[in-house]
Amino acid sequence: MPVPGVFTHCPYCALQCGMSLRDAEGQLLVGTRDFPTNRGGLCQKGWTSAELLASPDRLTMPLVRAYRAAPLKPASWDEALARVAAEIRRSQSVYGPDSVAVFGGGGLTNEKAYALGKFARVALGTSNIDYNGRFCMSSAAAAGARAFGVDRGLPFPLPDLAVADTILLVGSNVAETMPPFTRWLSDQQDNGGALVVVDPRQTPTARRATLHLQVTPGTDLALANGLLHIAIAEGHVDEPYIAARTSGFGDVRRVAAAYWPERVERITGVTVAEQRAAVRLLAGAERAMVLTSRGAEQHSKGTDTVSALINLALALGLPGTEGSGYGCLTGQGNGQGGREHGQKADQLPGYRRIDDPAAREHVAAVWGVDPARIPGPGRSAFELLDALGTAGGPRALLVMGSNVAVSAPSSGRIGRRLGSLDFLAVCDLFLSETAASADVVLPVAQWAEESGTMTNLEGRVLLRQRAAVPPPGVRTDLEVIAALALLLDAPGQWNAEPEAVFDELRRASAGGPADYAGISYERIAAEDGVFWPCPAADHPGTPRMFLNAFATPDGRARFVPVEHRPVAEDLDAEYPVYLTTGRLMEHYQSGTQTRRVRALREAQPEPVVEVHPDLAEACRLNEGDRVRVVSRRGAAEVLVRITETVRPDTVFMPFHWGGSSSANLVTNPALDPVSKMPEFKVCAVRLEAVA
Amino acid sequence: MTSCRLVVVGNGMAGCRFVQEVLARDADRRLGITVVGDEPGGAYNRLQLSNVLAGVARVDSIELAGEQWYAAHGVTLCTGTAVVRIDRQAGRVELDDGAALPYDVLVLATGSSPVLPPVAGLLRDDGRLPPGVVAFRTLADCTAIAQLAVTAEHAVVLGAGVLGLETARGLAGHGLPVTLVQRGSRLMERQLDADASRVLTRTVRSLGVQVRPGAGVRAVRVDGRVRGVVLDDGGTLDADLLVLCCGVRPRVELARAAGLAVAVGVVVDDQLRSSNDPRIFAIGECAEHRGRTHGLVAPSWEQARVAAQVITGSGEPVSYRGLVTVTRLKAAGIELASLGDATADDEDGSGDVEVIRFSDSSRGVYQKLVVRDGRLAGAILLGDTRAVGTITQLFDRGAALPEDRSCLLMVRRNNPAAVVQSPAMLPGRATICQCNGITKAGVCAAWQDGARDVDQISARTRAMTGCGTCRGAIEGIVAWLTGADAGSSVSA
Repeated sequence: MPVPGVFTHCPYCALQCGMSLRDAEGQLLVGTRDFPTNRGGLCQKGWTSAELLASPDRLTMPLVRAYRAAPLKPASWDEALARVAAEIRRSQSVYGPDSVAVFGGGGLTNEKAYALGKFARVALGTSNIDYNGRFCMSSAAAAGARAFGVDRGLPFPLPDLAVADTILLVGSNVAETMPPFTRWLSDQQDNGGALVVVDPRQTPTARRATLHLQVTPGTDLALANGLLHIAIAEGHVDEPYIAARTSGFGDVRRVAAAYWPERVERITGVTVAEQRAAVRLLAGAERAMVLTSRGAEQHSKGTDTVSALINLALALGLPGTEGSGYGCLTGQGNGQGGREHGQKADQLPGYRRIDDPAAREHVAAVWGVDPARIPGPGRSAFELLDALGTAGGPRALLVMGSNVAVSAPSSGRIGRRLGSLDFLAVCDLFLSETAASADVVLPVAQWAEESGTMTNLEGRVLLRQRAAVPPPGVRTDLEVIAALALLLDAPGQWNAEPEAVFDELRRASAGGPADYAGISYERIAAEDGVFWPCPAADHPGTPRMFLNAFATPDGRARFVPVEHRPVAEDLDAEYPVYLTTGRLMEHYQSGTQTRRVRALREAQPEPVVEVHPDLAEACRLNEGDRVRVVSRRGAAEVLVRITETVRPDTVFMPFHWGGSSSANLVTNPALDPVSKMPEFKVCAVRLEAVA
Repeated sequence: MTSCRLVVVGNGMAGCRFVQEVLARDADRRLGITVVGDEPGGAYNRLQLSNVLAGVARVDSIELAGEQWYAAHGVTLCTGTAVVRIDRQAGRVELDDGAALPYDVLVLATGSSPVLPPVAGLLRDDGRLPPGVVAFRTLADCTAIAQLAVTAEHAVVLGAGVLGLETARGLAGHGLPVTLVQRGSRLMERQLDADASRVLTRTVRSLGVQVRPGAGVRAVRVDGRVRGVVLDDGGTLDADLLVLCCGVRPRVELARAAGLAVAVGVVVDDQLRSSNDPRIFAIGECAEHRGRTHGLVAPSWEQARVAAQVITGSGEPVSYRGLVTVTRLKAAGIELASLGDATADDEDGSGDVEVIRFSDSSRGVYQKLVVRDGRLAGAILLGDTRAVGTITQLFDRGAALPEDRSCLLMVRRNNPAAVVQSPAMLPGRATICQCNGITKAGVCAAWQDGARDVDQISARTRAMTGCGTCRGAIEGIVAWLTGADAGSSVSA
């Protein structure tokens, strides 16, 4: 029976809008509530989110296939779990602990992310665990950590945006990806603030900008260095701040000297006048912010691109100054918390490094194991997926909270890798594209059916309260993890109650960069969320970081000199057009959820490619034609949508669909050397009309 | 462990870039690098000197590599030192301080020297320029001009190429009366056609620079220091500051004396290797590749990259193919870009070239596209360079142009003013609230259902509950419906 009038948060993006769920004759209805991030706002995805609870597609029984070519058939939980445990034992007894891999997701609660990381290290003893946040946040996380000593998406609360004089928003289409966020930009502009948007597309966000820089895909780094060049040349840098609070400016100044406006214009396509206008708006502001999203980050030089933008922010004296700063807009619901508690290949809970002996000792004590039992760093997401079934690679995989068959780059190749596994187990609500190819599918509860904490894009830890009981036959992810740990005779405690897991997480994170020790479910409910770090019960939490010092050993932020380089795959005669990918307002991630909501499906029923009229003319394409978007890796067949909002040299595809229309059949898995982020945002394609 | 001694002659933009490209490819420092530069200090961005002179860029912003940078990267830098001889036999260069540097590989990046026009009185008996006259090339020249400009009352800039224009504009910006004297009839004659030159002349004059095209200088009047110039027509101009911007010529004396093949520049192949000594390379303005020398930084840097790749033997085999030329004038109040074959004309009867022109004399705008085989061969954008990003990329990529060429010059406004449109004119299916997919028909239906203000409509339809920016549009529809309700019924 549903519990009436429960306060919770939306199941989708990192804004995690506050909402209420109320029982109306056996059906849960979404209502608004006044929460400090969304202030009563919701987008269509949020309003329709409860529809999924009663979806006829819901899995309510485990599915098992007897052998790879056999069909999936219903099975009991005991049978399914025993099969998973047996396959794990078999694989590990022959091929060793690393032969079993785990793949998590940025939508999992903190409790699940924590438990999954612990499960991999303690129950499986494998180093092979990573998650889809690698495809999302990793570049910004790496750049933030190397500049500030810690990565928290926004180191300041959202209301600070409303009073910023200038916001530089790079590669973010918040008007479609998190609409209620845009209210803060409206307030900011109503207060007389300027919004500068950098985007190759004239998105709804770009259309509201004071200044839109319609940059060439893959050249944000050069643009950032160019803006810094102008700031230095025109004497706008904050020398006292640089002297007191940073290190390494000399090298960055030298690098920036080579990015004069005319050179940058030729690389980026952004005119000298536009560059100067952007710098004037930033430098003339008393409070200014530089914000990045996937458009800047999902590149094979995403980390360096973010570093270039952080350099600009530091030179202007923004980070750690109240009302100003650099921030990254996290994408996935728990993209922030999901990267802090140990489901990342190189990390332990509390945003600790897995190769740090002190971190290993602390976490091992909480887990009740010998530190030596904790494996070292493993493969990053794409490297892990690309190694599946290869010699020396994992032969069995457990997936939780991710649809890798659709969301990984060059997904045709990843589909073949999944097919070459000895064993694949997937936990999901629906028979996603990935689940459909699994040997065992475990039906799990969804957001409103279990409690748990999420950490939103501000670093505010939130509580989702259970509003309904799961349908019969469905278990929670935590129950699955605990049951498997038991079957595998894992040492330590394996609790399936979210609050008990959270208490363990608090202890594991204590003393780490992302310290949750002082956060409790009661405090979250009473205080509209608590910002980490919060090391003690009487600590107020930290809405604004870095006001006194950065989290580096010497307390100074670090400039990192970075150089522009070409995209991993540039245009040529055979593939003369850039493809960039992104999201639509109505859909979320691989579409497993939103494609099953009627209103959303009807609004955007099938995938399209957006084509500029000049390019359409050159390719002899008309609105609504079927076209193949072809790259060196594969082709996707979609409908043509003609629009002047894209550049004539660039087409845009949303990535919410699987099958033969999946954008990621085409994208390039070239990885960032630091973050291992694939280059989702630009590759070379051609368009072929389908007869 | 050093196993190869690399000597670079010249520490300008090409030489410095080359060293950086080498270091990026030589992680284990197999090369022992020595750089010899005849200017004092480290390397700086020569291209920005006119901005420094104009006061647009601070001098501390143009340093590409300070002396300490070389030390920090294990590179030996000899500043203020000239190479006087290359001894190819012995494999060493001899310096003006008597020292000699052995090399295994030698890279000439000697750049150019300014051309001094053959004008009576320009050179003193000792071969030097008289006080008040500066041939503009180096940071020291820039500093000297800036100092002279403080007390000068009349400046004359000789030569109306890019540097001459930037210099004249920069000096005028300081309030100094400036006359720009040009022997030829056009300004920037390599980059502009006659029409563009006429428009530019007007623009430059409006910025306080006197322009004297078609005026050769016959003599320089000197009386202890420069006092003025005498023009070919006998007219005179007073000047206590004379800046020479009469072009450059490659510095090839060392190469020629060493017996290397030299035409205008040091002749190099596609790997930037000199044609008759495989151990000697030349890059930048001193190099001549396939019969062409250049005075631009983009090809210099591309040559630096290719030479570094060849010399370190890293990565893919690589060749220098030459680069198309893009010239951007850096002068406050003048928007100008010239690309490639910008002076070509469609009136020569050959019929192989297509020219698109737009001009608006009242705004000082002149735009021209030169098209060959459906691709951009050249362009001039003067007075309005909003399309320069797109045009340059089409040019650089050799991309096919859209059939309607005119749209290339028509730039959309960034923020089209909100179209004020009566709700009556909107179709019922027009989306009013993007975030929740609410159409005008949906709003009207809510009204028919009894919702009478925006908040009631929002509660009923969920419009405005996302980003909230559609409030104005919904207020407009409510006002229209209210007004219409008083009269007759409306339909969506």
